[in-house]
Amino acid sequence: MSDSQGPVWEVFVQRKSGQPFVHCGSLHAFDKEMALQNARDLYTRRGEGMALWVVPSSAIVASSPEDMGPFFEPANDKVYRHPTFYQIPDAIKHM
Amino acid sequence: MNDRDSMKPGDLLLPVKSFCRLSGQIIAPLSFEIHAFSVKFAYSLTRSAYMEQNINFEDIFESKLAKNDFIEPKDWMPDNYRKHLIRQISQHAHSEIVGMLPEGNWITRAPSLRSKIVLLAKVQDEGGHGLYLYTAAETLGVSRDELLDALHTGKAKYSSIFNYPTLTWADVGAIGWLVDGAAIMNQVMLQRSSYGPYSRAMVRICKEESFHQRQGYEIMTHLAFGTPEQKQMAQDALNRWWYPTMMMFGPPDKDSPNSENAIKWRIKRETNDQLRQRFVNQTVPQAEYLGLTVPDEKLTWNEAKQGYDFSEPDWVEFKNVINGNGPCNKQRLKARNDAHKNGAWVREAAAAYAKKKGESTAVAA
Amino acid sequence: MSNALFQYTLRLGDSSLILAQRLSEWTGHGPFLEEDLALTNIALDTLGTAKSFLEYAAQVEGKGRTDDDLAFFRNEREFFNPLITEQPNGDYAKTMVRQVIMDVYHLYLYKELAKSKDTTLSGIAQKAIKEVTYHVRHSASWLERFGNGTDESHQRAQDALNELWQYTQELFETPGSEKELLAQGVAVNLQDIQAKWETHVDELIRKANLKKPENVFMQRGSLDGIHTEHLGYLLAEMQHLPRMHPTAKW
Repeated sequence: MSDSQGPVWEVFVQRKSGQPFVHCGSLHAFDKEMALQNARDLYTRRGEGMALWVVPSSAIVASSPEDMGPFFEPANDKVYRHPTFYQIPDAIKHM
Repeated sequence: MNDRDSMKPGDLLLPVKSFCRLSGQIIAPLSFEIHAFSVKFAYSLTRSAYMEQNINFEDIFESKLAKNDFIEPKDWMPDNYRKHLIRQISQHAHSEIVGMLPEGNWITRAPSLRSKIVLLAKVQDEGGHGLYLYTAAETLGVSRDELLDALHTGKAKYSSIFNYPTLTWADVGAIGWLVDGAAIMNQVMLQRSSYGPYSRAMVRICKEESFHQRQGYEIMTHLAFGTPEQKQMAQDALNRWWYPTMMMFGPPDKDSPNSENAIKWRIKRETNDQLRQRFVNQTVPQAEYLGLTVPDEKLTWNEAKQGYDFSEPDWVEFKNVINGNGPCNKQRLKARNDAHKNGAWVREAAAAYAKKKGESTAVAA
Repeated sequence: MSNALFQYTLRLGDSSLILAQRLSEWTGHGPFLEEDLALTNIALDTLGTAKSFLEYAAQVEGKGRTDDDLAFFRNEREFFNPLITEQPNGDYAKTMVRQVIMDVYHLYLYKELAKSKDTTLSGIAQKAIKEVTYHVRHSASWLERFGNGTDESHQRAQDALNELWQYTQELFETPGSEKELLAQGVAVNLQDIQAKWETHVDELIRKANLKKPENVFMQRGSLDGIHTEHLGYLLAEMQHLPRMHPTAKW
C-alpha cells in the first residue's frame, strides 16, 4: 500500500551545464513521468535549473549519524592525499 | 511493505520513548519494536551499535544545538523536540495551504491582467511552500496522508488569520502587505532553526516570498492613491486586518507555554511579543506613507523603548477563531475537504495506472 | 487590413484568456497539491500568452484601448474565443480532455503562426510553442492515466470526450475576414492544422484506450460572437470590479 498521495521522490537539479546535480527537495508522484513533471513545476518555477533527476526516496541509502566517526574521521589525517603535502623546489613551475 | 502503513499518528513517538536511560547513558532500548517511519528515515541503528559505542544521544543532541549545528532526520532527538517540530511544521504547512483560499478567492476577479497573473503566481507559491513544509514534516516520520487527515478532521491547527474573509480587492493587498509581512518576520527567523529540513525549506521559502509583501503593498499603493472609493476600500481593509494580523504572532509571552523549549531548540528565536513589537514598529510608517490610519487610538511612539505602544488584539476572539469559531473556519475546511474528496478518484486512477505499468513495485521496493 | 488583423489577434487573445480564466478556477482546489501547482503553471502560461495577444490587438486597433480594456470592457457578443474554452471545468477528466483538445490545437496553431509574416505574432507564437509543448505532455499523460486507470476514471474521461467533441469543429473554421490575412502569409491556414490535430488527438485517444466520438452534431457560433450561456457568467465574475470603478487604476 502506498500513501494516497503517491510515493515520495527526491529531486536533484542541475543549475548550469557541467555543474553537479544538487538535491533541492522532495515531492509526491504516482509515476516517473509525473515525478519529473511535478519536479519541473515545483522546483524550477524561477528558472533554477536546466536538468532534473527524480529518484524514489525508497531507493536512497543514507549513512547514519553513528557512522560519522568510522566513515569520515579516518579521512581527516590522510594529508598525503592533498597536493600541499609534497615539497617541490621553487624553481619548478606548472606543477 | 512499509511499516508506517500500520501506524497511527499516536504511535509515532514510541521508538524514541522506548530508550531507557540510566545515569545519563542509554543502556538498552526497553522494547526494540522500531517502527520504521518510512524506509528512508528508519532508525538504522542496531542494538549492538548503541551498546558498543556507548553513545549518549542526548549529549550529542545538546552539543549540536550548542554549536549551532543542525539536527538531521536520522539523528537522535528528544521526543518532545520531534513532537514539537511535527506540530509546528505541519501547522505552518496547513497555513500555507489554507492560506491559498482567501486570496485564491480573488483570482477570477482580479481587476487587471497583470494583477491576475501576479496573484496566480503568488497563490501558487503558497501551495509550493506548503508542499516544501509537508515534505520537511514527513522526514520526522509522519505521512502526507496523516498530516492531511489531521487538517481535514479539524484536529490540526493553522494560522487563525485565514479564517477571516476577503471581502474586497483591497483585502488581497492587505494580506500581502500585513499578513505576509508578519509571516516573513517569523520565517526569516526560522531559516536558522535547528532542524535541517525545516531550515532548508525556510531558506527556499524566504527567497521566493520576497516578492509577496511588495505585491501586497503595491496593490495598497494603487488603492490609497487612487479614487476616493479605492482609498476607502484600502482603509476598510486595514481596519479589518490589523488586529487579526497582530494575533498571528501568537498569545502574549506570559501565556505562551511552548516558547521556552522552542527557543532553546532554535525552532523559534524570538518571542511572540518581541516579534509583534517589531511588526508594529515597521508597519506604522508604511501605513502613514499610504495616508491610512492604523485602527488603534492608543498607538503612540514611545521614545524610551524606541518603539510604539499599542493595543493588544482581542485574545478572546483569537481563542475562538483558533478553536473553530471564526467567520470562515467551516468554509475553509470544507473547501479543503471537498478538494481532497473530489480528487480521490484522480489519485486512485493514477495509482492504478502506475501499478498496471509496473511502476509502483519499482517504487515501493 | 488592420481591422482584420485586429479581429484575428483578438480571437487568439480571447481564446487563451477565457481558457486561462477557467484553469485558474482550479487553483487551491486541485486533486492533490503537486497537481494543483502544475495546473496553475499552465494557467499562468496561458494567461501570459493572452496578455501578449491582447496587448498587440490593442496596438493594432490604435484607438487608445489597452489589453485590460479589451479584457474587461467588452460584452459577451464581442468575445471570439472558441466555445470549448468557456465550458465549465467539470471534473478533472473534463478539464484534462478540454486541455488535450486545446493543447494539441495550440501546438500546431503556434507552430504555423511562428512562420507568420507578422513578426509580433510570430514572436508570441515562438515563445508559446515551448510552453504548449509541455502542456501537451501534461494533459496527454493524464488522458492516458484516466483512460487506463480505474473503471471510474475511464468512464469519466469517455464522458468528457463525448460532451466536448461537439465543440471541436469550429476550432478550424476560418471567417471570411481572414482570407486576406491568409493570402498575405499573416494568418494560419487552419485546414492544414486540422489534419495534424486529428492525427495527434486520435493517437492520444487510442493510447488512452478511449473511443473517439462519432456522428456528433457540431456546435458553432463563436466566430460571430455567439456563445454558450456559460460565457456570460464567466465575464460577470471576471469583469465586475473594473466595471464598478471604470476610472480606477489597479
